[in-house]
Formats: sequence, C-alpha cells, structure tokens
Amino acid sequence: MRVMGFFDRLKEGLAKTRTVFTERVGGVLSRRKIDDSVYEELEDALLSADVGVGTTQYLLDRLAREARRQKLATADQLIPVLQSLVNEILDQGETELHLASQGLTVILVVGVNGAGKTTTIGKLAHRFRQEGKRVILAAGDTFRAAAIEQLCVWGERSGAHVVKQNTGSDPAAVIFDAIQAARARKADVLICDTAGRLQNKTHLMAELEKMYRVIVREIPEAPHETLLVLDATTGQNAIVQAKLFKEIAHVTGIVLTKLDGTAKGGVVIAIFQELGLPVKWVTVGEHLGDLEPFSASAFSAALFDGADVSRS
Amino acid sequence: MFDTLTNRLQSAFQRLRGKGRLTEDDVKEALREIRRALLEADVNHAVAKELTDRIRERAVGQEILQSLSAAQQVIKIVNDELTALMGGGQAKLANASKPPTVILLVGLQGAGKTTAATKLARYLALSEHRRPLLVAADIYRPAAIQQLQVLGAQIDVPVFAPGSDVPPPEIARRALDEARRGGYDYVLIDTAGRLHIDEELMDELRQVRAIAEPDETLLVIDAMTGQDAVNVAKQFHEQIGVTGAILTKLDGDTRGGAALTVRHVTGCPVKFVGIGEKPDALEPFHPDRMASRILGMGDVLTLIEKAQATINEDDARALEAKLRRNEFTLEDFLTQLQQMRKLGPLDQLLGMIPGMGKLNKNLQGNSVDEGQFRKIEAIILSMSVKERKNPELVMKSSGRRVRIAKGSGTEVRDVNQLLRRFDEMRKLMKQFSGMGKNSARALSNLAGQVKGRSTFGHPGSGKGKRRR
Ligand SMILES: Nc1nc2c(ncn2[C@@H]2O[C@H](COP(=O)(O)OP(=O)(O)OP(=O)(O)O)[C@@H](O)[C@H]2O)c(=O)[nH]1
Ligand SMILES: [Mg+2]
Repeated sequence: MRVMGFFDRLKEGLAKTRTVFTERVGGVLSRRKIDDSVYEELEDALLSADVGVGTTQYLLDRLAREARRQKLATADQLIPVLQSLVNEILDQGETELHLASQGLTVILVVGVNGAGKTTTIGKLAHRFRQEGKRVILAAGDTFRAAAIEQLCVWGERSGAHVVKQNTGSDPAAVIFDAIQAARARKADVLICDTAGRLQNKTHLMAELEKMYRVIVREIPEAPHETLLVLDATTGQNAIVQAKLFKEIAHVTGIVLTKLDGTAKGGVVIAIFQELGLPVKWVTVGEHLGDLEPFSASAFSAALFDGADVSRS
Repeated sequence: MFDTLTNRLQSAFQRLRGKGRLTEDDVKEALREIRRALLEADVNHAVAKELTDRIRERAVGQEILQSLSAAQQVIKIVNDELTALMGGGQAKLANASKPPTVILLVGLQGAGKTTAATKLARYLALSEHRRPLLVAADIYRPAAIQQLQVLGAQIDVPVFAPGSDVPPPEIARRALDEARRGGYDYVLIDTAGRLHIDEELMDELRQVRAIAEPDETLLVIDAMTGQDAVNVAKQFHEQIGVTGAILTKLDGDTRGGAALTVRHVTGCPVKFVGIGEKPDALEPFHPDRMASRILGMGDVLTLIEKAQATINEDDARALEAKLRRNEFTLEDFLTQLQQMRKLGPLDQLLGMIPGMGKLNKNLQGNSVDEGQFRKIEAIILSMSVKERKNPELVMKSSGRRVRIAKGSGTEVRDVNQLLRRFDEMRKLMKQFSGMGKNSARALSNLAGQVKGRSTFGHPGSGKGKRRR
C-alpha cells in the first residue's frame, strides 16, 4: 500500500495547526510518570479525534491493561501502544476494492448531503482510467440542482463517459440506462452517483433501495462495492449513518473524505467495531489525484498528531 | 419518550430519595452521565467539561424539591445552562441602516452554503418582503454557479454571476454596484467551501470581506459536525470575523452538539437552522429546543415545567394524607384525572413522579384515552356530591347505578366497571402511599392495571408526541 502518500499529505495538512506533540514526545517533559492526568489527556485526545465516548473508554481500558502488563512507566511510552491498539483494530478491515473477476464492475456510491460523493467518484474514475480501464458514470443524483452538470465536469476531467437524464427523472431508471450503456460499450467499471440523503428520511432511503435493486436485478453479483462516503468532519452521527446505509444499500466499505482538514475521522473505529465496515479510501483534497487507499497504520498515527500529553 | 439521559440520571439519583440537599458526591455520577450525553451529542469535550463544572457549582447545595425528583432538578439546571449558553432568545438578521445589507456566507466544503443562501433569499423575499440579490462567488466547485442559478430561478430571486473567470473579490465589488444600481436591499454572497487551514483561500475570503464589508458574516455549519467544529469556528471567526451561524441538515437525526461549540467559541448566535433540502426549509433557531435536543430529551423539559406548574405541592400532600386515611373519593379521582389530562399522556406523567423513571419501560405507549376520559368524567359528574364522596352508596345500590348510567349516557356496565377500577386503584394507591421499598412495585401493579384494562386506557393508544 502507498502509505507514504497518504501520510505525507495528512502531515502537510496537519502541519499548519499541529501543536507540539510530535516534537515533544521524545523530550524530557513527556517522560512524566503515568498517572490519572496522563490518561485524562489521552482521553481528551481521543475524544477530540471523534473516537467517541464508548470506544475511547474501551481503548483506554485496554491501554491501562497493556501498560501494567508491559510495566510501562512514562507517558511517552503510552502513545505507541495506543496507536498499535487502534492499528490492530482497523488493520483487520479489508481495504481492497472487490472487482468483478470478469466483465463489468458496478460501484454504488452513497452518503448524506455534501459528504463528497460526486468528487470522490471523479477521483475514483481517474484512478481506474489510469489503470487503462473503461469507466462509465451514472448521474443518479437527479434531485440536486446542477448535480448532473457537476458529475459531467468530473467525467470530462477523468475521461469517463457520463450516462444521464434530466433533473427530476427517476434515478433508478438512470442507473438502469447506465448498466445497458456500460454493457454496450463493454466498460470495465460503472460508478453510480446518488443524491445526498439523510439516513432518517425513509422515502429517500426507499428510493436508494430501489436503485440497489435495479442493479441486482440486472447483474446479480453487483454492486460489487457500495461505498459510503463519510465526511471526516462528522461526529458520532456517522455511526447511525453507516448502520442505516448498510441496512438499505448493503454498504461494503467507507470512503473517508476531507482528511486534508483538521478533523481526524476517529468515528470509523467504532463503525468498524460495531458494523464491521472498513475504510477503503481516504480523500485529501479537491483535485483528481487526492484519493489514497486507506492505511490503518498511517491513520492511527495521524489520530494522535496534535495530541499533547507533555504538559503537566 | 424518555431518552437515555433521563433514565440514566434517574438511576444515578435513585439512592438520593429523601435527602435534603445535593452534595458534591451525590451529583458526581449524574455529572458523568451529563458529560457523556454531551459528548455523544458531539459537544466539544472542552466545552462539555466547562459546562459540567458550571452545572456542578449550581447543583451542589440545592434543596431537593418535593414535586421534582433530584434528577429532574439537575436536568433543569443542565437545560437552563445549555439554553443560556446558546444565547437565550432568538437572534435577528442584521439590517443595514443604509441598504443594501450585505450577508456573506462562509464555511467548509459541503456544509450547505448554496442551499442556505437560497433559503435566506427566499425568506427575505417572501416573509420580509425584501429585494434580495444572490451572488455566485464559488468559482471553484464544478457547476456551483449553475446550482445557484437554478435555485435562484426556482425562488424567483435574481442571481448575479459574472462567471468562474472573475476572482471572488472582484465578483463582490461588481455585485455591490449591481445591487445599488438595481435597488436591491439585501446582497447574499455565496462563497466556495474552504478549509479553515487553507491559507490561500482564507486570504481570498479576507479580500472578499474587505470589499463587501458585510453587515453579517454567517458561518454555515453542518449539524453533524463532530469535535472539529471548535477548530472550524475558531479559525473562521479569528480570520474572517463571524457574526452568526446557520446550522444545516438539522432534519437529520443528529443531536447537533456543534451548535453549542460554535456559540461557545465565537460568542455569536446561531440565527437559522436548515431543516430540509427545499428552499422553504429554513427556521429561526430556538435555543431551548436545541438544548433538549442535544441532551436527547425531547419534550421532557416541557413536561417537567408543566408538572411544576400544575401539581401543587400542598395538594399533593393533602392527597397523600387522604389516601392514608382511606378518604380518597371519586371526586378526588376526577380531579386527578383532570390534572392528568392537562399534563398529557399517562406514560409521560408517571415518569415525572420522583423515582418512577424505571417504570417507564412498562408504560411506553400507554395513555389515558380521551374518549375513555370523557366517559369517566360524565359518569362521575352524573353522581350527586354525596355519592361522589361516598362511592359505597353507589356500589350498594343498583337503582343509583342505573340512574347514573342514564344521566351520563353510558351503560350500567360502564358504571360498574368504573366503580370496580376505582376501588382497585384506591387500594393500590393506598399501598403506594405507604411508600417504602414496595412503592415501585405497587406502581408497577398499577401500571399493569392501567395497561390491561380498558377503562383507563389501552396499550398503544398513546400517540408518540415527538417533536422531531
Ligand atoms: N477539502 C476537501 N474538500 C472535498 C473533498 N472531497 C470533496 N470535497 C468538497 O466537498 C464539497 C462537496 O462535495 P461533493 O462531491 O459535491 O459532495 P456530494 O456528496 O456529492 O454532495 P451532494 O451531491 O450535494 O450531496 C465540494 O466542494 C468538494 O469539492 C476532500 O477530500 N477535501
Ligand atoms: Mg453529489
């Protein structure tokens, strides 16, 4: 995996606001003895990374046990252990995209409004194109104003053909058309954009279910992937998002977007633990190339970037 | 109805019954639960800490009122603090003394600026009878300009869009000229989403601001935002100078703790909330509603307040004495029912009886049916005062029962049933008023009665009165 690319970009983004943790971690100050206040600061660090109360408690309990077992004495020894605990959890996830062994691969992209679905599709298309694949995009967001035009721009940028109808038309029909077009053109990959929807809107979730069913009806083993696009800035609501989108559209993996900001996206740990959904990709910007495969180790490292346990 | 925090607080306070004043130790567990609730709602952890500290200060030393349980008292403090933190009342949109009033919308990518701008424009045009001009200054996101144009056409508000080749500060300058020329009184500038750490784009925004000199700079923020809201709000505020916020996508099921963070960090009020994708889905912000939403308590607080107002402590004590002396009459019964009706469904009511929180699970969905209530009322009102005070008179005489049934337009069997239930209830309540350890069981028996028998209500008749 191309760990460095992701890590570097993250670092670059974080450098601007990062506090002194990394510089100080090996320093004298951080050699302070492990006491309650050290754990409190670690708790703050985990919480501010959106890890959530439950998972934070779970991680700290395990950390405390590890610390006793390994007879750790100073604060600076704790972080690597904590990182490896997170890494251990996330590393179990299957990060590879599941592609059709032969013929058309269908990828359905879902998520709440503004998460970064359309942009991610542009980036994915670009990636497949670079691998020499023929890519078709389905303009399944027939609701939002100018959503189709937006996808068309990404189609142009990445060199993918876009199948579309008018705004207001049935998204399932667009998907159906796109599958036919993909077959006719012998495309390798079809990526379906969908309108952003909040997971508690039953009628919109029913609409999504219909799109899903159209795909299954046409190609029983498809969609080969249903990717939930999750904005890293999202807090604990992401868990409900993942749960409901999984129920309706059988999500197979997560794309964690906007990691070029200061948000850490720590909620994906709970999502993996509770729902078994792995992160497959992360995005780190608005350009075609700003898509990276997920790396558990880079993610765990970045999670504590900015955490400061050196003060006393 | 009764969400986790209420339940948790109730169990945290279970051991406190009968105590005089809350001590630091008493509230410790409760504060842990409150902190947890705030964190689960995505309130920033530092803000949550500050808030729990303040709640501790206020709660410790409080006298436990008779009419409210300790848990409810603390919930009320929490709610007061939250509401106060969010600015008490509603905040209005700026209005320049010399038009046009310029509103700049800023925020992260995907927060909902374009939609929010459209909603504001529609609100100004339709509700305030103003002439707004929308300005398309997002020259980066593909089809962003077009999106605003389509939306503007939908709501019949002109969109000023010189195109994606014109730098945003220049767009702002031209837009102001256009607004003055065209006699517009509001200018709404939709800017591109940007990261608060993107120096180049933040600098561009500063230039736009310098030229547009906005009367209002609204930070548009997604209600689902997590802990990072603190960085976003802080950076935008420090670099651009925010005057208010719009909280978007509140029609989701997120608790929306970011609202609290934004307010705390910037000191600026949330002015509007977005509650849907359509241009009319905009509402003024209600701090009190947001407070109970963040705590996950729905309408509990309203009920607590109602209970406080309705159930007079002296009355409650007098009733208890009556029960103990077996003097509880049909008239008292009617008064009780009437009070209940004022308060709402029975399940909600029982939850307000101190220590009864745990019974709620058994009671969900049960309430005194309005039709049943009318019947009971009619029957009791058809009795003479003497009969009401001495139900045994009616119980012994079938002639009286027939008369009462006729007078109330019911069947004799209804009258019989009421009398039987009343008798059972009186016995149970007497047990209950004896209190002690069995009170919960007595009430749960009562709950069972209420649940199983149709006179006082039936399962499933309670209409979920959720606000969301
Ligand atoms: N900084 C940053 N911005 C991103 C990233 N991914 C997407 N965006 C931006 O986020 C905004 C929303 O992205 P879209 O791709 O339109 O999101 P969407 O989920 O398709 O939105 P809807 O279709 O409206 O629900 C755009 O301004 C994108 O440029 C990312 O990784 N980093
Ligand atoms: Mg989209």
